Amino acid sequence: MKPPEGDTVNGASTDRPFIHFDKVVKRYGDLTVLDHLDIDIAAGEKVTLIGPSGSGKTTILRLLMTLETLTEGYIWVDGKPLWHKHKGTQLVPADEKYLREMRKQIGMVFQHFNLFPNMTVLQNVIEAPIRSLGQSRDQAVAQAKELLKHVGLSAKEDAHPTQLSGGQQQRVAIARALAMSPRVLLLDEVTSALDPELVAGVLAVLRELAETTDITMLCVTHEMGFARDVSDRVMMFDKGQIVEVGPPRQIFENPEHDRTKTFLSAVLAH
Amino acid sequence: MIWDNQFALDILPRLLKAFLQYTLVITVLATLLAAALGLVMAVIRYSKVPVLSQITSGFLQFIRATPIPVQLFFVYYVLPDMGVLVGAVTTGVLVLGVHYASYFAEVYRGGIESIPKGQWEASTALSLPMKTVWQRVVLPQAFRKILPSLGNYVISMFKEVPFLLFISVPELVAQAKDIGGSSYRYIEPFTICGLIYLLASYPASVAMRKLETRLETT
Repeated sequence: MKPPEGDTVNGASTDRPFIHFDKVVKRYGDLTVLDHLDIDIAAGEKVTLIGPSGSGKTTILRLLMTLETLTEGYIWVDGKPLWHKHKGTQLVPADEKYLREMRKQIGMVFQHFNLFPNMTVLQNVIEAPIRSLGQSRDQAVAQAKELLKHVGLSAKEDAHPTQLSGGQQQRVAIARALAMSPRVLLLDEVTSALDPELVAGVLAVLRELAETTDITMLCVTHEMGFARDVSDRVMMFDKGQIVEVGPPRQIFENPEHDRTKTFLSAVLAH
Repeated sequence: MIWDNQFALDILPRLLKAFLQYTLVITVLATLLAAALGLVMAVIRYSKVPVLSQITSGFLQFIRATPIPVQLFFVYYVLPDMGVLVGAVTTGVLVLGVHYASYFAEVYRGGIESIPKGQWEASTALSLPMKTVWQRVVLPQAFRKILPSLGNYVISMFKEVPFLLFISVPELVAQAKDIGGSSYRYIEPFTICGLIYLLASYPASVAMRKLETRLETT
């Protein structure tokens, strides 16, 4: 069940990576979005993906959430192939049932929230734990109330998403993702669609989450301050490949590559 | 020919009975059939179930390209030759139900396609079982959007129930025709017939329009 030997970086026998991309390729027709990408992420690590749009960072999250199909390569999560099943000694493309099991450990928060508009805030949060994890209603409601309190929306339990501000909707979406107790949380430009004054509230929730839980977080963001504060590592992408990886201090204060420098100066000048 | 109040009053109960017992009941039953069958066909087509999807789509084409009277005659007169005997009212419900199921399926499809991709993606991200995604996320949202169009189709089906007089279902218009034939008075039965239809379908279409604006604004 372990990833093949020799794929720890430089053969250094550290812990097995929790998430491992093995020569991952993603193409749309002739367009190559990810080109033989290798990534290792440790359990509990908070990683921020930065880079110009079209650099493939969102695709990485979408592949992990199984929203896009893999063209080539393998993705391993906790020692298991995400997109493949073992068949004898071979790995074959997995069926929907296997994918659904694998997905349960991964949660995602979207740029446009994607709350269910036909349900109240509370229903949005309890739906998946009941239907997908088989929790009892009481159990799911108790947990949801706790989570909603945590994101500061206890008063909005019975509201419908359309009655909330963007920032509130996004905090509900975070609570909804957390209700599945994921081991990995994917954050896809979660503040990009928000009015500037609403960004801080969402980031505060995420900061706390990053500091107080051991959830592995992968975060695509343009909020460099947030990236600097919460990330263990920052990955700079361009044209489907990693340009530079390092702790935030190094990437933001001492970038090695020109591509990183120009990108950061463009973003920070903003 | 002059309007005879007494005659009109005399035949009113018979016409009303035919309306309630046949026209309305057939409309309701055919609507239920259309709603259920249309949904099944729409989901099959949307999920691109292999083979079934192509069969459904061919069947829909066929149903929509042939007139209702032809379908009625076929089921009522031709099928018995093949050993399938169907009563007149059942034939009416089946033919209208299946015919309108083909329209309903199109409307459902439009409704399903109008659900933003993000709703499906959020459902995937939450590992919701497919059944839950349809039942709790997609269809409730789609229904709100398509209710007005479905309503309009029901009203037009209601007005096509008189086709059933071709296969001797004693619905409202068939009764009016009968009364006319036996009394040689046509003005009262057909005027009452028209009025009953007007009184039933006008409020229904007004209610539909109201519903439409209400759903648009919420």
